[in-house]
Order: sequence, then structure tokens, then C-alpha cells
Amino acid sequence: MGKIVNNKIKLEFLSKGENVALARITIAAFVSQLEITLSDLEEIKVAVSEAVSNAIIHGYQNKPEEIVTMTGILKGNTLILEIVDQGIGIPDIQKAMEPAYSTDPERTGLGFVFMQSFMNEVKVESQVNCGTKVILTKQINPDLKNMAVS
Amino acid sequence: MSLILNSKKNTLIIRVRGDFDLVSVHEFREKIDKSLEETMSQNLLLDLSEITFIDSSGIGVILGRYRKVKANHGQMVICGTQPAIEKIFKVSGIISLMPICSTEKEAWKLLEQNTFKGA
Repeated sequence: MGKIVNNKIKLEFLSKGENVALARITIAAFVSQLEITLSDLEEIKVAVSEAVSNAIIHGYQNKPEEIVTMTGILKGNTLILEIVDQGIGIPDIQKAMEPAYSTDPERTGLGFVFMQSFMNEVKVESQVNCGTKVILTKQINPDLKNMAVS
Repeated sequence: MSLILNSKKNTLIIRVRGDFDLVSVHEFREKIDKSLEETMSQNLLLDLSEITFIDSSGIGVILGRYRKVKANHGQMVICGTQPAIEKIFKVSGIISLMPICSTEKEAWKLLEQNTFKGA
């Protein structure tokens, strides 16, 4: 069995593009307390990047002075991430989660597709003019190769 | 992210280094579009062997350049993808739109073959 870790972090940052990398690197460091494969780590980084980019671009319409809150919880071998904004909200969550749906022609509308492909569960709670909370859950597979030598 | 741009044989060659996310897409779009115009290149060869990260923002701006090149009857080829980003390419469906080669040499071979076919 893999190492059991129970831990929590909370990070608040301005809704600036530069902070997308900060968010994914922070979560990568946080989750590395577990024995994790590089593939799982890359997938988590992409999912975080998508959720935080959505909060900045869509939730806050690229306004850089707003606050994004990210919480990471490790419970055993499960990672739970919450990315919260107090932005414009999503009027139709189902439509927003459809592949290739985007309000911007230079964007792919693949953000939620990547989150759903790379995490075990994606939950979205949103209220128009109040904000959006994205909850991402992933079961971490132990890195068997590293465990064999440790 | 940093970009190295060159042009030869009617092709703009772009080497991308670093993280390809929300922060880098604006610079990428501006520089590529300007260089395509200035060099009057019809084709685009994108070398991703030195990127460290890509998400849907990066994929979106690549697809935007693909549409531009296609509208100008050119070709776009990607080379140098690594295992970490291959899954992103698969899920995004980008592999069904344009050829993805492991080396630049293969990419050139493909560009030259298709140019010959089209001539």
C-alpha cells in the first residue's frame, strides 16, 4: 500500500495569468508527499491550470485585481481540489462543460474536457453574479517503481 | 516561454521553450502572425521538443494558427512532442488535424512530400 498522508493547504492569489503556473506548481509540490507517478502529476497540473485559467478568463473576465482561492486536501490517497472565484458565475453549467463550447474563438473549449479526462471527478457549483466553485477529485495511484526500491 | 523563429523554404519554423499556458498565448499569437506576414511563409513547422507544459490555452492558440495557415492553403506540422504532452494532444483531437512527427527531419520530409504532391 502507498504512504497515507492527511494534509491541507489553502492558497489565495490575484486573478493574474502569472499565478496559473504558481497554482499548478504549488499543487504538484503538495501532492508529491505521496508516491505519485509522473503521469498522474502531469494530469493534476493540467487540471489545475484549466480550473484556474477558467476562473481568471471567464469568472473574472480577465480583471487582474480579483481573488482566486485554491484549497488542496489529501485524504489517504485521494486528492481533493477546490478552485473558487467570486466572479460572474456560469448561467448554464451543462452547456459550459460541453466539449468545444467556448465564448472565445481563439480558445478551444477543452478546459472541462481536460479536467474530466485527467481527474476522477469534476463537480461545478455556480451562481450567476456570485461565483463558481470547481471541485476536482483524483485517486493517486502509488508509484510502484519507486516503492520497489524504497 | 521563449520562442525562436526562423524561416526557410516557404516555411516558418518556431521552436518553443518553457511553459505554454495562458500567460504565453498572447506573445505566441502576436509573434507568429507577424512573422507569417513578414516572411510571407505559407507553411508552419512547430517544434515542441523543449516545452515543459501545455494546457488548453496552448492548444487553442496552436489551433488558431492551424486555421490561419490552412486558409492560406499552407501546411502545418508539429514535431518533438514528448510522452508527457502526448495525452493532451490525443484528448484534444489535434492529432486528427495535423501531422505530428517525432523529429524535425521527419517533419521536413512530410512538408516536402506534400508540397510535391500539391504541385
